[in-house]
This record gives sequence, structure tokens and C-alpha cells, in this order.
Amino acid sequence: MTSLIKVWELPGGIHPPEHKDQSLQLPLGRVPLPPVLVIPLNQHMGTPAQPVVQVGERVLAGQLIGAADGTFSANTHASTSGTVIAIEERAIPHPSGMNSESVVIEPDGKDEWIELTPCEDYRSLDRLTLLDKIRAAGVAGLGGAGFPTAVKLAPKSTQVIDTLILNGAECEPYITADDMLMQVRAAELVAGTLLLSHILHHPKNLLIGIEDNKPKAIAAVKAAVAGAAVTDPEAANIQVVVFPTKYPSGGAKQLTQILTGREIPSGHHSADIGVICVNVGTAVAAWRAVRFGEPLVSRVTTMVGDALATQRNVDVLLGTPISYLLTQHGFNANNASRVVMGGPMMGFTLLDLAAPVIKTTNCILAPSKQELPEPTPAQACIRCGICAEVCPASLLPQQLFWYAQAEDFDRLESHNLFDCIECGACSYVCPSTIPLVQYYRAAKGSIRLHEIEKEKSDRSRQRFEFRQERIAKEEAEKEAKRVARQKAAEEAKKKLAEKAAETAAAPVSSADPISAAAVKVSATQATPDEQKAKLERLVAAAKNTLEFQQKPLVPNKTNPVISEEQLVKQQVRIKQAELKLAEAEQKLADFITGLGTTPAAAASAAAAPIAAEPAVDMNDPVAAAIARAQAKLTMSPEDKARANLESLRGRLAKAEEKVAAAKADGSANLDALQQGAEKLQQKIAEALAELSALGIEDKPAPVAAPATEPAAPEPVSAEQSAAQAAIEKAKAKAAALANMSDDEKRAEQIQSLQTRLTKARERLAKAEAENDANIEAFRAGVTKLEEKLQELA
Amino acid sequence: MIEFVFQNPILSALLALGGLSAAFGAVLGFAAVKFKVEGDPIVDQIDALLPQTQCGQCGHPGCRPYAQAIAGGEDINKCPPGGQATINALADLLDVEAPSLDAEHGEHLDVKRVAFIREDECIGCTKCIQACPMDAILGAAKQMHTVIADECTGCDLCVEPCPVDCIDMIPVETDLKTWKWDLPATNQNPVFHVVANEVNLIASDLGRGHAFGDQHDGNKAA
Ligand code: SF4
Ligand code: SF4
Ligand code: SF4
Ligand code: SF4
Repeated sequence: MTSLIKVWELPGGIHPPEHKDQSLQLPLGRVPLPPVLVIPLNQHMGTPAQPVVQVGERVLAGQLIGAADGTFSANTHASTSGTVIAIEERAIPHPSGMNSESVVIEPDGKDEWIELTPCEDYRSLDRLTLLDKIRAAGVAGLGGAGFPTAVKLAPKSTQVIDTLILNGAECEPYITADDMLMQVRAAELVAGTLLLSHILHHPKNLLIGIEDNKPKAIAAVKAAVAGAAVTDPEAANIQVVVFPTKYPSGGAKQLTQILTGREIPSGHHSADIGVICVNVGTAVAAWRAVRFGEPLVSRVTTMVGDALATQRNVDVLLGTPISYLLTQHGFNANNASRVVMGGPMMGFTLLDLAAPVIKTTNCILAPSKQELPEPTPAQACIRCGICAEVCPASLLPQQLFWYAQAEDFDRLESHNLFDCIECGACSYVCPSTIPLVQYYRAAKGSIRLHEIEKEKSDRSRQRFEFRQERIAKEEAEKEAKRVARQKAAEEAKKKLAEKAAETAAAPVSSADPISAAAVKVSATQATPDEQKAKLERLVAAAKNTLEFQQKPLVPNKTNPVISEEQLVKQQVRIKQAELKLAEAEQKLADFITGLGTTPAAAASAAAAPIAAEPAVDMNDPVAAAIARAQAKLTMSPEDKARANLESLRGRLAKAEEKVAAAKADGSANLDALQQGAEKLQQKIAEALAELSALGIEDKPAPVAAPATEPAAPEPVSAEQSAAQAAIEKAKAKAAALANMSDDEKRAEQIQSLQTRLTKARERLAKAEAENDANIEAFRAGVTKLEEKLQELA
Repeated sequence: MIEFVFQNPILSALLALGGLSAAFGAVLGFAAVKFKVEGDPIVDQIDALLPQTQCGQCGHPGCRPYAQAIAGGEDINKCPPGGQATINALADLLDVEAPSLDAEHGEHLDVKRVAFIREDECIGCTKCIQACPMDAILGAAKQMHTVIADECTGCDLCVEPCPVDCIDMIPVETDLKTWKWDLPATNQNPVFHVVANEVNLIASDLGRGHAFGDQHDGNKAA
């Protein structure tokens, strides 16, 4: 039981002033119930928990208020009984100073607990049940990172665990929370050790590692081990290992190295080399979770620093606002340099003191200005190499610093930046007082973000390529259909030609869309002469049809009686045939004039059937889109703006009509339609502005040359052309913006803000009139807009 | 054979060398055919560096076409979403001098943005769906549409086609997952303090906010 084990030496390390006595003078204290408890749903590493209570609900102490969301998440419980008064974003202790979703509870002072299910003999339960109990209690690493404990205690089947280490090193200056815990809860710590050993299939070595600057804790734990050994033979197996004080021996990797001599390879976990390392506080919490069914709702936290009148350890409810704790300990804000969560080496400045105590809050450090003065400004690195000497991870901090400055992420990774435990030893010794750790933190963050972005851009590429493929497929299908239609048409045309040659009286209806299409198609392919011949044939055929239709209807076998209906139908058909004939003749005439004008025009007339046959083409959306796109592409920016204006005006007219119609029949969509119309008006104003801007500056806007667009009417899908049009528009806008001076930009912004404001006000008024539930939101919107406007004006 | 070598030392040396070179040449030729690299890896490499916003600001219908154009000799400074970082990476890859961004194609925005449809104003016209290169907009005709923010690349292409202008580009806010430490401020004012003798605790977060007004505070960066 006593330490006979060989203790290994930690590479590097430093001996900063300990400052541990000042918080150990008083026994473990408690503070009165605070007026509110703010319990963040994200107190651990991993996904935030999901709230499972409602605002206004009464909760009991130990009641689940946030359910773990996935494996890498942890349950969150109410720390005392009371009423949930809000579930909202509140300040949390995080270096970013950001807010996060929290459950705010107003305690009722009764501290009524939910019914707990204790367990007398955990050995009778199987391991999964025990892990479930620990998970349900929301136990997460209390030492620092807040890793869910149940996950840690379930190593992969390939990892054979032969050593369980209880981490009582607590090497960071000022912090004494674990020291105090080991003094007062040594028996529970030993029981917890045995429990964890049971869950981990009784590893060979059970080690409790404590630095030699905690004599009281060492004595207490040794006594507890001896006491437990009387009833439980396994307890005799527990070794309390005392080793020399040195910072940062409390890092999991470092402690593993000190106690076992085994180094954890870069990028691996301690479980990979058969070791599991658990903080002493976590072991006690796990024990209480199993033995009493008690969820993790409080922890021991060190309140320390010369800006406090009382310095001691407190057993504090999770969710207690730090500002409240500070007041309870006589905090002198005038003399404080800042408030740090954690220790002076690895902690971070709290940006908002309203943040609460969470599972990982091991210390609140409120140093005076003499204790923790402003850091002296950084000087240039003198390449003294001391930082490399003290690095416990055997890294080259100076190299890392250079690469971090240069943002050379590849080199940082190859120099094992991610093995840095951010212990701060290098910054501590640096004679140039360079804030090295902050460089590493920033670099790690950048690398992480880069990876996220890379992933996202890979996904974007895939999605885009997938979409392209899909469009190509649709296009291919359309093309296939078109080809099939064309073939059918060609055959029909052949037949038609044959028949026309054989007998001029062949009753072929030119109203047949296929033959019409055939004519269209052949017109694009044949020589002018052939085309002319074809058109003539077409006229002849149309004439024939007309004649055929004009024949009086005679009763025959299938149709013994001629009904009125049939007569009408015939009339219609005659009319149609007449029209067709007229059209065909017109076409022929057009064609001949086209031939006559210029020799080049013949080719263009052949190449651009679209221009010749607008009536037919407008029925074909694809062709229409192409025509429009081409027209647009050949336009100058000015023309474009004008065309845009025209189309907007057209749309406005239509929209106004719709509004009128809607008004007439009291449609429910009136509002939406009206808004649409207003929008359009605004757009017109913008377009006008654009036009005038173009008029003033006759610089041609940098728009892609029309040459980028294939001149031949290729089948372009409506979607693609829409995208292209959007691109064009965006470019025009960018150009317009680039041409605009700052003042103009601002003026424009102000104008748009003003219109938005008026609209928002209208909406608010309406909401007020109808007593809408969203009044608040509307009001907030209006105020925000007003503020923005003021800022700009 | 041996005799021949002794009698014509120079000739035999030449023959031996010739034989060797023929043999190695054959091996190399075989390897070149057998282990031929497929595809056009330079386009892939360039494409991998482009931000995949697919916004078309570079004048090409997507990032890959621009990658192809770069491989064909086009300027590398036409991608505003990628900004200088992308230009530098491209310059690195192609081993050329890094130019600065060509302002003609637009400005680089530091903040990422995603499209947001004000759903109560959306009339369900599906115009934005057709414009989105990412298929990031969900909706059907006459139904309200919405943007899958995770898939949106912020390309802006859906904003213009919207007939009622109900699409906004909103900046992506940093949350706890995407927050990161900043590099320490470099040009801190040299403010000197009386440093108590033995105390030299580090501040791993130099230059960040302080909870309390410090009159002589020159490092107040946050
Ligand atoms: S902060 Fe990182 S680099 Fe510096 S000493 Fe600690 S582990 Fe080494
Ligand atoms: S301790 Fe500071 S000055 Fe010395 S080498 Fe390291 S970074 Fe440079
Ligand atoms: S500008 Fe950049 S992001 Fe946009 S399509 Fe071109 S390469 Fe892609
Ligand atoms: S939603 Fe809009 S901004 Fe986002 S990717 Fe699609 S088109 Fe681009």
C-alpha cells in the first residue's frame, strides 16, 4: 500500500511559487443559496445537452434538466429545488466570453431532492449498468477538460488496461481543491478507486499519485487506504505514490510518465498504452453516483487571490454565479487585476463575472494588482532555448512560436503542435515574456478551423459536381427526346416529300406539329435552294389540305348522318387550314426577301430560325430562354439596364393588377402581393439609379464579352441560363458598387434602411392592432433598424 | 569471351556500358507505360485549393472550370471568396509570384456569409432553387423556401433572382465551436509596471479583456 514504486522523472518542468497555503487555512466551506442558479447545458467537452424542462416548471434538486445528446455529451441536473425562470443564452465561463444556452433556476430554499436510488453493493451489478449510472449522473472530468467519464471508463476492447491512475497531483499554483477534497473525502476516494477498478476489470496497478507538497492529503488518503484494506483485500493493492513537486506533473500524459515511465506516443491516448487516468474529484463523483444515485450537482472550488478577504475552498452548487461567490468572499474589485478561472498558468481571464461555476471550475483566482500585474510587453525572441528545456512534452516552443507567427500550419503539425498541453511552462520562463501559449492556442484553433473549412469545401465540391451531373443527365434525356422527335419528323418529312412528289392531292395536314417541326429543322440544315423548294412544297401541301377540308361532308358508311357538331368542326378545320396556308405563304415570301437582301443575310436567316419564327418559338421555353439570353448577352450594359427596367415595369404592372384583383375579392394574399409590388417599385428605382450611373460614367462595365456564350443555339437548360443571368447581374452590381464612392454607398444604405424601417413600423403597428404574439420581436426589429440608421447617419 | 575482353578493353567497356543503358532504358520505358499517372492532377490540385463557393465571380461557371483555366495559363487572382490566402496557396503550388486580388472580380469579405430567406415573405417561386449551385435551398412551388445553412457557400447567386427580394446574406456568427483564440496583439504599447519581486506568473491570455477598468492599461485589446 505504501509507495514502493519507482518514480520516474518528468522531462522539463518548472517550479513556480506555489501559493497554496493561503487557501488551506480554513476548512472546506459552503456558501448560502444564491438568488439564481445559471446552469449551462454545455459544461463538458462535446455536444451540449438538450433541455428537458419548461420555463415555469418546478424542479427538484438532482432532477435532469438537460439530457445528453449523443455519446460525447453529458447529462445536466438541477442543483437545488426551485422554479425554472428562463432557458436562454447566458454568459458561461469560456475564454471567448460567449454566451451559451443555460437553464436559469430560482431556488425556493427548500432543497428538496428527487428520489435517489442508492446501491449498497455495486459488485452485484454488471459493468454496463454501473457505467449507465455514472453517465446518468452526468459525471465529467472535474480536473480540466470535462471529458464524459463514462466514455473514458469504457476503453476499446483492443485496449488492455493494466494501470488505473488517480490524479491527485494538482500541480498548478494556487489551486488546492483536490488537496482539500482528498483531506475530507479520502474514504470516498478509496471507495471510488475500487469502484473504477471493478469497472475496468481490476487492473494490476491501482495508483493514487500525489505531489509531495500535500502532506495532509497524503496522510488522509494513506489512512483511508489502510482502513479500507481491513474489509476489502483489493484496497491493500492501492498504492499511494508520492513524488516531488514540479509543474506540470498533473497533466495526464505527464503523470502517466512519472508513475509508469511509459510515454504516450504522439496522437494517442493513455488508454492505448494500458493506462487510464482519472482526477480524484471525478472518482469521488463517480462513487457518489453509484453508491447514492446522486447526480453531479456540486464541486469543490478554490477561492483564492489577494483581492479576496476570505480565501478558502468551498463546496459549491454548480450554477452559482461567480460574481455571487466573489461577493461572499469579500472581493475587492478596486484592487483586483482580473478574475481568472483556473490557475495562473492554464486559466483564462473571465470576461463576464455573471458566468456560473460549472463542472470544470476548479479555481476562481482573483489576484491583486501586485500579485498578477499586467504582463510586461513581449520582446523579440533571443533564441535562448530555455523554453525547450522546460517543455514537458519535449517540444521546441521557439520553433513553434516562429511557425505560429508565420501561420505555417504544415510545419506546426510536423513539429507536433498538438502534443502541446498548453501548460505555459515555456511562457513562464521566457526572458522576453512572449505569450507563447497564446500563439499555440491561436494556431491550434486556426488549424482546426481550416480542417472544418476543408471538409466543407470538399462537401461543396461533391454537391456541385453531383448537381452538374444531374443537370447533364436531364439535359441528355431532353436531348435524346429531341433527337427522337427529330428522327420521327425526318421520316414524316421524307414520306411527305415522297407523297408530294407522287401526288399533289395527298391529304396531309400541315397542322400536324411533327411536319411543322420537320420544316423548321430542315430549314436550319438545308441550302437556301432546298429550303425554298421545301417551303414551296409546304405551301402546296397547305393548299391541298384546305381544298380537302373544303369538300362538303357526305354521309358515308361510318358516318351515316352529318351532325351539327361535325359541321362546326369542319368549319374550324377549314379556318385552321386557311391560317396555315397564309402562314406558309408568308414564310415563303419572307424567305425570298431574306435571300434577296444580302448574301450574308441568307446564312443568318438560315442560322437563326428563331428570329424568323417568333410565334412558334415562344411556345418552346428553352428556345425562348436562349433567345432572351442571347439578346441580353449582345446588349450593352446600358441596354441591359434599360431592358431590366422595362421588364421590371412590366412586372410591376402585372403585380399591381394582381393586387387590384386580390383587393376586389378580398384575398388573403393581399399583403404579400402588396409587398411584392412595393419591392418591385423599389427595384425600379434602383434600376433607374443604375441607368443614370451608367449614363454619367461611360466606362463600359466589366462584363464578360458575349464571345463566351456559344453563338449557335445550343440546347441550354433554363436553369443554367438562370444561373448565368444571375452571375451577370451580380457582376453588374459589383461593378456598380466599385464605381460608387463611399458616400454614395452610404446614402444607398441609408435609403434602403429607411424603407425597411417604414415597413417594419407598419408591421409593428399592425401587430399592435391585432395584438400579435410577436409584438416584442417586431418592436426589437424597429429599434435595431433605428439604431443602425443613426449609426450610419 | 575473357580473351576478347583482354584484347579489346576499350571496346568491351563500351559494349558493357551500352548494354547497361539499353537494359535500364527498357526498364524505365516499361515503368513509364505501366505506372502512367492518370488524369490531369494539376487541375485537381488547383481545384482543391479553390474555396468551392461556386459563385462564378471569377468569370467561370464554378471553381473547377476556373481551375482548368488556371492550368491553361489564366491569372490566379480572380477568386474573391478565396482572397489572398487562396492566391498565395495557388502561387505556392504553381511556383509563381503571388499577385494581389484583382478588384475587378469583387472584394474579399472576411466574414463568411450564408443566405437567409425571410420565410414569411417568400412566395415560393422556386427561382432561387434554380440559381443555387449547391442545391442548398429546400422548397417546392408555392411553398415557402428555406436555406440549409450548412450547405450554403454564400455565393450570392440566389439573391438576385428572387422577385420579392426576401433573401438576405447574413454573416455567419462565431459560436463556441468555431471560436478560436486570436494571435496576441503585436503592437502593444510599452507599458511598464513595478513588478513585485518573485511574482512572475504568466498570463497565457495576454492582451485580452480585463474585468476591471485599469487606468494605465495600454494593452486593452478586447
Ligand atoms: S505550453 Fe506547450 S510548448 Fe510550452 S512548455 Fe507547455 S507543452 Fe511545451
Ligand atoms: S524562452 Fe523565449 S526568448 Fe528564449 S528561445 Fe524561447 S521563446 Fe525565445
Ligand atoms: S470566384 Fe472563386 S469561389 Fe467563385 S466560382 Fe470562381 S473559383 Fe469558385
Ligand atoms: S443558398 Fe444562395 S448563397 Fe447559398 S449556396 Fe445557394 S445560391 Fe449560393
